[in-house]
Amino acid sequence: MRHTEIKRLLSVNVVCIASIILTTLVPSLFLENFSVLGTHLIWLCICSASVGTGNVILYLIFKPNPSMRRNSIAHKVAKFIRCCVYFFVSCILFHGIIVLYGAPLIESILETFLFAVLLSTFTTLHCLCVLGPNFQAWLRVFSKNGAMSIWDNNLQITTMCSVVGAWLGAFPIPLDWDRPWQVWPISCSLGATFGYVAGLLIAPLWIYWNRKQLTYKSR
Amino acid sequence: MRRWPVLAFVAWAALLFWAALGLFARGFLLTRLELPQRSACRPGPPPWPGPGPAPPPAAASAPGGCWLPRRFARAVLVLIDALRFDFARWEPEAAAAAGPGPGRPFANRLPTLRRLLAARPRQARLYRFRADPPTTTLQRLKGLATGSLPTFVDAGSNFASHAVREDNLLRQLADNGKRVVFMGDDTWDGLFPEAFSQSYFFPSFNVKDLHTVDEGILQHLYPTVDGGEWELLIAHFLGVDHCGHKHGPDHPEMAKKLSQMDAMLRSLVDHLANDTLLLVAGDHGMTSTGDHGGESEDEVNAALFVYSKAPLFQDLPPQEPETVPQVNLVPTLALLLGVPIPYSNIGEVMADLFAVEGDAASSVLAQLAAYSVNAWQVNRFLHSYSLAAQDLSEEKLLRLQDQFSAIMEEYKQFLAQAGPPALPELQRLRSRFSRYLREARAVCAESWARFHPACMVAGCALLASSCLLCWVASQVASAWGFSYRHLLLYPLLWGVAGAALLGLAHLWGWAGVDFILLASWAAAASQCGFFWHCWARRSWRPRSTGPRSSSGAAGLRQRLWARAGPALPLSLLCVRCGAMLSDSFVMAEAQVVAFLLVSLVLLLVLRLHWEGRLEDSPFSWQLLGLLGGILACVRLSGLFRQCREETPHCRSSPVLAPLSSLQDPQTKNFYYMLCLAVLVGLAWGVRCWLRHYGNLNSPSPPVLFVRWGFPLLAICIGGYWAITSGAEEALVQAHPWVQLALVAFPQSVFVLVIAGLLLVLWDPVTVFVKDSREAAATGGPILLPSSQEELQQVIPQLYRRMQESLKSRLGETKAGSRATVAAYGLGSVYSAALLIPLALLGFLFMVLHTERLSLAFLLLFLEAFAWLWVHSWAGALASQADPFTVPWEALIGWALAAAQFFYATGHQPVFPAIHWNAAFVGFQQGHGANLIPALLVGANTFASHILFAAGCPLLLLWPFVCEMAGCQSRTPKSETDDGEEQLMEMRLREAPDKFSLALLQLGLKYLSVLGVQMLACVLAAMILRRHLMVWKVFAPKFVFETLGFVVSSIFLLLGIGLVMRVDCAVSLWFKQVILAQPR
Repeated sequence: MRHTEIKRLLSVNVVCIASIILTTLVPSLFLENFSVLGTHLIWLCICSASVGTGNVILYLIFKPNPSMRRNSIAHKVAKFIRCCVYFFVSCILFHGIIVLYGAPLIESILETFLFAVLLSTFTTLHCLCVLGPNFQAWLRVFSKNGAMSIWDNNLQITTMCSVVGAWLGAFPIPLDWDRPWQVWPISCSLGATFGYVAGLLIAPLWIYWNRKQLTYKSR
Repeated sequence: MRRWPVLAFVAWAALLFWAALGLFARGFLLTRLELPQRSACRPGPPPWPGPGPAPPPAAASAPGGCWLPRRFARAVLVLIDALRFDFARWEPEAAAAAGPGPGRPFANRLPTLRRLLAARPRQARLYRFRADPPTTTLQRLKGLATGSLPTFVDAGSNFASHAVREDNLLRQLADNGKRVVFMGDDTWDGLFPEAFSQSYFFPSFNVKDLHTVDEGILQHLYPTVDGGEWELLIAHFLGVDHCGHKHGPDHPEMAKKLSQMDAMLRSLVDHLANDTLLLVAGDHGMTSTGDHGGESEDEVNAALFVYSKAPLFQDLPPQEPETVPQVNLVPTLALLLGVPIPYSNIGEVMADLFAVEGDAASSVLAQLAAYSVNAWQVNRFLHSYSLAAQDLSEEKLLRLQDQFSAIMEEYKQFLAQAGPPALPELQRLRSRFSRYLREARAVCAESWARFHPACMVAGCALLASSCLLCWVASQVASAWGFSYRHLLLYPLLWGVAGAALLGLAHLWGWAGVDFILLASWAAAASQCGFFWHCWARRSWRPRSTGPRSSSGAAGLRQRLWARAGPALPLSLLCVRCGAMLSDSFVMAEAQVVAFLLVSLVLLLVLRLHWEGRLEDSPFSWQLLGLLGGILACVRLSGLFRQCREETPHCRSSPVLAPLSSLQDPQTKNFYYMLCLAVLVGLAWGVRCWLRHYGNLNSPSPPVLFVRWGFPLLAICIGGYWAITSGAEEALVQAHPWVQLALVAFPQSVFVLVIAGLLLVLWDPVTVFVKDSREAAATGGPILLPSSQEELQQVIPQLYRRMQESLKSRLGETKAGSRATVAAYGLGSVYSAALLIPLALLGFLFMVLHTERLSLAFLLLFLEAFAWLWVHSWAGALASQADPFTVPWEALIGWALAAAQFFYATGHQPVFPAIHWNAAFVGFQQGHGANLIPALLVGANTFASHILFAAGCPLLLLWPFVCEMAGCQSRTPKSETDDGEEQLMEMRLREAPDKFSLALLQLGLKYLSVLGVQMLACVLAAMILRRHLMVWKVFAPKFVFETLGFVVSSIFLLLGIGLVMRVDCAVSLWFKQVILAQPR
């Protein structure tokens, strides 16, 4: 059971990585002058949208944590609306934290916000897909011994990797190399993306190596 | 409790760092050897031997000249401080566009120069006069007199001028019987004492004073010129420079000043005789903000204007004015006036001025004569310098020597030739001379940017081992069995022995020794002693780790994970250290530090959550609120930053400018009210804190001072700001009482602050004792009934146990008597005594900064406050933590905040960014001595270092102070036997040995955190010493970081000392209380 579960996780992650790679390649077929660095804002939008939809579809198919409650239409709609609200709030929160880290407050507000959306896609949307709009469950997962399945571990690792990637992405900004990717927020969003991809790769491997030690409590 | 050993240990550790820094600075901060030799007339340049019409036209025995016949009997040198090149240059576009009126205020304000240049092209010429950095006036004056290059060390001593001991132009003139008259800047008096036959000095230090020096010169200038009792007349005008400092170049005042200079030049030209040379020169330029000292184009490009009534130049001026290094003036002027070139000169004669009438060949020959004398002198200097010091590269010197001999040989051949040589060959020879002199100058410049690697490496090693020592000692201090005798006394003896050994060696002549070498030798010896004794007493270490290792191999991973937690904050410190190795990161350090501080705080809170300590804890929301508070403080403090000149797109915060620069009265009033609110807020906040903890009830002097002195301080500062921000300059001049208030307000602030500090030192116990029986009898009206509920909740604290133990120690056996003394504020007596001086220092620093920076200080206090709470709650939530050890992350955050607020109070680690205005707060007229302005500017620059270092013991005390908040929520598993008693800081007194060790550990940890940063800075300076940016970025950073470290360690010592003093006083107080009890 463990092996099949890990394989499923791996396949989901590989599809996610593929979607990110496609976002860098496919749009140049349709859009003129498209490049990740040159038209960074468009890429940010496309990447967030495709990773978001990809995630939602994948987790609808695989359903790692099937909910045991009633499945009425009204309930689903309410859940969807709550998800949207959560996502929006997380975008605002990320924006605030980025500004507190030193991003300019007023100028380039659009860049900052789109970067916040990207980060939310990598982290919050993932949480919403796996755990649903349940803040208590989120708090539980992000604590020591809080993971209850390999999906939770995957969530922990990818979220941490994306955030750390974005954090490390800020480092080259002050350097005087005059490279196009040092412009705000390109290095950070690239860092977050690389961190996310790395997390997607690391998570199955880490779970595979530690499968003996990982013992999950039932909820 | 052991007080003196703790202080001595921390002081010893600080001294180790200082010795290491001194050693490094000796190797890093460049110095140049000053040669004592002087040029003299008699053994002058040798007459050229060989056949033919032997001596050159410049015979050594020429009449009226020493090495060459003199060409001018007299010269007037008008030095206009900070005369930038574009001040003197005529801009036709600006003139055509709008006349001198509305354009740039400084443009085209010297029409006299233009008139002379246009009308008499053979008599007048303008040059671009290139200064060698550092472009501070003192360095420039030295360079203009000696013809040599100043080194970095001189840069610091601008306001403490020392006499020039090297051979210089003024001394040569005096030795050769020429009279030099000086008028102007009194810096010259310090530099060249007794060099002038007549002098009129005027005070130069007060940069706000635009007119005293200039008016003084104008009074004496024309009578002296007409009197003719001189051969060289120097007039040093300061108005333009001071105007730049005060208003910047783009100010109408600058136009007025330059017009005044123009009028002066116009009438001076009329007064000149035919045999007089006029030189108008600027010693450096200024930036767009009016500062100087660096090496930007605007700073190094000064103007030089040469004029004489007799025709001087043979050819017409080039389209674009020539560029001339400033040192070139020295040999030129010396030879023109017929005196020997100063011995250490490395300048090159200005060939234009040596042309003679007649055909081109004879002109070039005359120039060659000057060049040959110049080259001979430079060669002689290089030879003696290489004998005296080894810092010039051997190989390059040899090449220069060869070059010199070859040129001289050729020159002799030319002279030996019978007929006049061909003009192109002569010109080729002239350019070879010129190239030789330029290369010699380049070799010197490069070598005086040369370091002593041995000193630097030794300094680094000593610094690293001092950090290690602090770390080891702090680890040992947390273990039981710290022995001062083995770890302090014996190492000190080792150090003394080491120093004595070296001293003896010096006495017997085996080794040359100076103070720094001796100190670092002693430091190294005492460190050896420490590590040796540590090693010898290491037996306790395996015992403490023994039981843990039994958990087996499976525990290894867990242990690794457990280590990773504390290691993360340390890795942030490593990132900070790594950031010092890149010039971009040093320039952006303000952002880097804020970024890391935000990361650290978030990391701490997230870690608490990860470990599951935030769940169902009542603090979690408060902790989140504090987290938000810290983050907001860090972000808002970013609004107060100043920019460096290297980042042109950056805009300095407009808040840094003084309020008087605001035009709109409404915004001015708004900001003024905001500043007043900050003052009131700080005074009220401290008062509230003291009242909350019951320290405001006592009738002791410090408490009275808090009650009455703080509002008085706020009133004084508010009044001072009202005058500085509101009043027009004219009003200030007109009303003597305004001038009086401008001095009286800040001085009374100084006096009040000093009085408050002395009061706290004299009687630091802010405890109010109340006899409960007495209170019961009288009904006990508690002071400040407004907060009675609060008081009842918090106070009175019955400090029974301590009392009983004391009683039993005193031999009383009356166990039955119920203690009846209520002591208000005993639980926070240490913190209160520390908070009051910190608030006082805060007031002092606010008055030294511009008005609106008080907002930054408010943020500083708020952030420190929030950080203390976060730290103590994090400690309370981590249940197994020892309250007597302050964790590393708290100290790292504290040090980061200190660095962050260095930038957030408008400072940058570069010399032009120093707030010199702080020296005039309360001393409008300038100073007699240099001590007070140095203290004021130092206090202004290192305000944040001082506050955080002195407040460092609060990190230890605060968890005890907020213990009572924690008691109610903490699971009652510890200290339950104390019942409801809240001992707070008295827990520290219960374990005096632990308390003293904890203080020691705290001091050492803070020193090592600072020391690691210092080490990174030193390593950056050493590794990147050939970097392009070393003099712009790394060297100033090193100097600022070193001074900051020294200031921090001094105030850390003072802070710890104050806690000791409180402890002493509390002991005394207990004795009095016990004795006062009825038996």
